[in-house]
Amino acid sequence: MLEWIGLLPAFPLAGFLALVLTRGSLPRRIAGLIGVGSIGLSFLLAALVSIEFLGSGLESHTQLLWTWMSVGTFTPGFSFYLDGLTVVMLLIISGVGFLIHLYSTGFMADDPGFARFFAYMNLFVASMLVLVLADNLVLLYLGWEGVGLCSYLLIGFWYDNPANGYAARKAFVVTRVGDTSMAIGLFLLFQQLGTLNIQEILTLAPQQWSEGQGMAVAAAALLLGGAVGKSAQLPLQTWLPDAMAGPTPISALIHAATMVTAGVYLIARTHILFELAPSVQLLVAFVGLATLLMAGFTALTQRDIKRILAYSTISQIGYMFLALGVGAWSAAIFHLMTHAFFKALLFLAAGTVILSLHHEHDIFRMGDMRRKLPVAFWSFVIGSAALTALPFTSGFYSKDEILLAALAHPQYGMLLWLGGVLGAFMTALYSFRLVFVVFFGRDNHQEHASHDAHHVPGAVHEETGIAMALPLLILGVLSLFGGLIHVPVDAVFAHAEAHEETHPSQLIHTVMILVPIFGVMISYLLYGSRPYEKAGQHLRTQILNSPLGRFLNRFWFSGWGMDALYNFVFVKPFLALAQFNRRDVIDQFYTALAELARISNRALVLTQTGYLRWYAISLVGGLVLVIGIGVWA
Amino acid sequence: MPSIPYEHGLILAAILFVCGLIGVLTRRNIVFVLMSLEIMLNACGLAFVVGSARWGHADGQIMFLMILTLAAAEVAVGLGLIIQMYRRFHTVDISVLSEMKG
Repeated sequence: MLEWIGLLPAFPLAGFLALVLTRGSLPRRIAGLIGVGSIGLSFLLAALVSIEFLGSGLESHTQLLWTWMSVGTFTPGFSFYLDGLTVVMLLIISGVGFLIHLYSTGFMADDPGFARFFAYMNLFVASMLVLVLADNLVLLYLGWEGVGLCSYLLIGFWYDNPANGYAARKAFVVTRVGDTSMAIGLFLLFQQLGTLNIQEILTLAPQQWSEGQGMAVAAAALLLGGAVGKSAQLPLQTWLPDAMAGPTPISALIHAATMVTAGVYLIARTHILFELAPSVQLLVAFVGLATLLMAGFTALTQRDIKRILAYSTISQIGYMFLALGVGAWSAAIFHLMTHAFFKALLFLAAGTVILSLHHEHDIFRMGDMRRKLPVAFWSFVIGSAALTALPFTSGFYSKDEILLAALAHPQYGMLLWLGGVLGAFMTALYSFRLVFVVFFGRDNHQEHASHDAHHVPGAVHEETGIAMALPLLILGVLSLFGGLIHVPVDAVFAHAEAHEETHPSQLIHTVMILVPIFGVMISYLLYGSRPYEKAGQHLRTQILNSPLGRFLNRFWFSGWGMDALYNFVFVKPFLALAQFNRRDVIDQFYTALAELARISNRALVLTQTGYLRWYAISLVGGLVLVIGIGVWA
Repeated sequence: MPSIPYEHGLILAAILFVCGLIGVLTRRNIVFVLMSLEIMLNACGLAFVVGSARWGHADGQIMFLMILTLAAAEVAVGLGLIIQMYRRFHTVDISVLSEMKG
């Protein structure tokens, strides 16, 4: 089976081609079958390959399909590399991707762009599979850019609305900043080490560079730039909340299975480079910490159900970066996996809510949905519990590992741990705020709906066919029990990960279990409780009306003013420059040439009078002139 | 019999040529334009004949024979075109036909 791994991205790619070349002329049933089936085949193959690979006890397997180009000693190939880390990523991408595709057949059933949607989704998954399978950085970069392209296409999927197009462009441009950094990093690596094969780099780098040497730091920092852009970490996180413009299954795909996990994967894949540059690795940890706190606070103030989930993704990726930064590589991948489960679950459940409420996004226009939307409700409860890391859910185990690893950091252990625990508290607060506001309390949808003419009051009924309910069920089970899965990445990080058994005190454990529960309770007090509804509301208004509360609410709601800042620092000056140079200086020359041609054309047109006489006179005149010259000259 | 000086013959040819040219340039009726063209052709023929008489060469006379044939052919084609023009535009005034104006 192992020699068939080339087919893994080939299936979705073939699906993409089939859907694109027929230009939406296929019946929906067949288009859906191609779209979902191709990913299903990939998943099946990935599962078989994984079973064989893990059973064989091999450390890695390389499969060269063909040489891409050959320039001197530089011969990157379409060659795929399989090891424990790849296996985990493959299963997450194809497995969660398959469930999301299956769900989409229900979610997008009435959309006119049905086939186009699945075409893009297939290409997205194919790119991501190439990204994780690539054995050299050039091929990885191909997948990296393919993912970027597909995110652009999918975020702007409903292109009728200019705002969606803007969000898509924003995602594309912002991630491009990171990609440029990564490209420079690749150039540097090739110039220094003479190869872009990942395994060769990982063996050569420690031989050539000593720890903390300038080149190693530069290379790691540049790769970090790429990872930060793709994974929406500070300071390039601004694109992700706006990426919610796309249909909800896309958000699930971007957040759970593809795209944002690419940065985490890149750092884990090249972890030896980061170990050579301890300062950059520490930076990774602090970027993660700052991001997870910032996003946590922001999520607390959002009203849009999808934006809350978007910020929670940013925050959870922050945890993964924190883990990467403290060298807990397998913990990061573990959290990546559990996060894929519960974030996909949450997004798909959110999609059900949004679809059932006729594309309503504002959580304060929902409320009391737990009886009307039972499937979405239970999915949300399970997903939020896992996200909050309540004991015995999948998120609990992964977050636990990360926080313990952070605590073990020799210098900043306590600081990183406290930050992480604060983040966990915020997570509990905002995720259960979402649950309580949407599924409990008063039904605000009816009131608002009756104001809108096109809404039929009382038309809330859960839209779940089997295609939509089944993925929710499977993801729910995985979110609950995914923590029991052991990620087979020990061999990948064996030489890197120091497995010193730390024995944190009982107090630390207790704190880590109690903090999320405490967060849920506070959230219940503020948003959920019937008996204290008055008190909770009173408290809320008091917090919101205090000057500090009002300021923080506004500040956090705007995502810490990052958008405004970038708007002011980059977008406005750029637009001003563009306005200033509206008549392009270089264009002037070519415009002048065109103008000259136009003027001479007008002059010559005058000579064409259409009168025979006029032509005869010019003939005679010319003759006289020529003879005159001949005689007198 | 005193021969006519060849300059006279050439001057006559030149006068005829200019008459023809003026006719081509000023006439509006296409039939007259065609006739003026004939005059110009014959002026050329006259110049050739005078030249051949002056140098005692037969080439000029052969040339004149060729011009005669050419003129006959030209008139045949020209008259055909004029008939077509009259049928299509119901006029023989060339200044009306200025469709080629740029």
